[in-house]
Amino acid sequence: MSKVFVFAEHKNGALRRGAMELLQAAQKSGNTVVGMAVGTGADKAAVEMGHHGAKEVHIIKDSSLDAYNPEIYAAALSLVLDRVQPQILLASATSTAKDLFPKIAARLKTGIVSDCTELNISGDNVTVKKPLYSEKTFATASFENSPLKIVLMRANQLPVVAADISKAAALIEHALTKPDLKTIVKEIVKGTSEKLDLTEATIIVSGGRGLKEAGNFKLLNDLADVLGATVGASRAVVDSGWVSHSMQVGQTGKTVAPTLYIAVGISGAIQHLAGMSGSKVIVAINNDPGAPIFQKATYGIVGDLFDVIPKLTEEFKKVLKH
Amino acid sequence: MKVFVCIKQVPDTETKIKIGPDASSIDLTGIKWVINPYDEYAIEEAVKYREANVGTQVFVLSAGPLKRISESLRTALAMGADEGIAINAPENLDSYSTARALAEVIRAEDGAGLIFTGKLAIDDNASSVSQMLAEFLGLPHATVVSKFTASPEGVTVERDIEGGAKEIIKLTPPAVIGANKGLNTPRYASLPGIMKAKKKVLKEIEFASLNISASEIKVRYSQFHLPTEKPPVKILTGDSQHQVSALVQLLRDEAKVL
Repeated sequence: MSKVFVFAEHKNGALRRGAMELLQAAQKSGNTVVGMAVGTGADKAAVEMGHHGAKEVHIIKDSSLDAYNPEIYAAALSLVLDRVQPQILLASATSTAKDLFPKIAARLKTGIVSDCTELNISGDNVTVKKPLYSEKTFATASFENSPLKIVLMRANQLPVVAADISKAAALIEHALTKPDLKTIVKEIVKGTSEKLDLTEATIIVSGGRGLKEAGNFKLLNDLADVLGATVGASRAVVDSGWVSHSMQVGQTGKTVAPTLYIAVGISGAIQHLAGMSGSKVIVAINNDPGAPIFQKATYGIVGDLFDVIPKLTEEFKKVLKH
Repeated sequence: MKVFVCIKQVPDTETKIKIGPDASSIDLTGIKWVINPYDEYAIEEAVKYREANVGTQVFVLSAGPLKRISESLRTALAMGADEGIAINAPENLDSYSTARALAEVIRAEDGAGLIFTGKLAIDDNASSVSQMLAEFLGLPHATVVSKFTASPEGVTVERDIEGGAKEIIKLTPPAVIGANKGLNTPRYASLPGIMKAKKKVLKEIEFASLNISASEIKVRYSQFHLPTEKPPVKILTGDSQHQVSALVQLLRDEAKVL
């Protein structure tokens, strides 16, 4: 039987959704699922990983792994991968994983495919579906000459069922020998938002030029609060300085794939569509019936957003209470 | 000191993508090729560095079909890079073999003081080559960099992470820096710049001469296809109160996303 290795990220011991998706997908493949978690809280995360299908979880609790440093993380991964010798490695395409795993792939002389939207595991073989050219094309990616096949999956692509708390993983703890460092993370400047990152969010409310001025993003913040959504923005309003670049959805911003994307006052330039076409359900609210966003949308409201959005916020409040 | 900038050519976003005859690639006819937008930030940062540090030389480097990539390399030269190196390579090299090729060439040029790249290329969103290149050369890296400062003590960068947070990272150079939007505002190639670029050295190297074996191709794409057609949008009618009630009901009962 093959070993599928899942590198799981957690927040103070609480597994991130992407990790749950991958553990469950790995288990469904019929292979042996081996997990890894690092940093303070890794032991707590490991218990949860057992519930989601891991047979064995390797942990390194060293607090030097609490913040991401490519060199320390690469040392930690090398240590555990050398011990486990898996055929497939899965991780969620987070900011950490996207930075780390290409380095690991180069070190292990093996292949990696990032930002995948479908995963097919059969024995030790794996193929993935990969959006290309701004989501205008898809292709199947397969591995060759790769002793370890590394796949980074886009979040929210795979189902998650409830954890089975009767299942438990064997815990194996390692001690880390730190390498000589050429990289030092001196400080982490917190973002203004405590919400899920756009790339992980299941609901996104996004605003564009139609909002007329920066202050009107308050309308979207109110709507997002009711939905537990993360707020995004079009390039036009980021370039105008209304909101920070971290909120930009689209070609020179973030690629997102929530279950629900609500585009408010966004006309839908091709650069914007490139970043959000993967959303499951798209709602467009715009006063211009000819706006290209309507061609991508599932549901559309042609109307004045300043009239529609407050009403929509109230309607969601009513419905979500029940 | 030598500063290298690695760039990739990608189809312009406005370009319509068609599938090639055997679905093993896209149809390349009629595609307008541009420098990957993030690589423009990398070029600009390298040129800015050269302007602030006398004695620096900026080499711009790309791998791909020779004639095509030479155009983008000339544009980079027109933006201010000093010398170009075109690695004549087949279409669709994977990230691994691309990084290997870049590493071989940089090594043969006696190494780099600094290497700038874009944080990712918008054609495959792989964000892999920079980190692989760093690993092959034994260098530290930082990606998604929106601020870069060099001082005699080293290099300090700001790396954008999730939720609008930033990491402040100190690197011991040489290092590979993956540029994000926000790092700078790339200059346009000026007319005098374009004229000067015509006279700059653009060296050609054959990928086949780089001693990269067939086993260093790690990933292959097949079964290219266009996205499945979405059903047409449902436009909700009536007054705004009606529209929002209908929308919320559809989201809950039909789309089941609430």
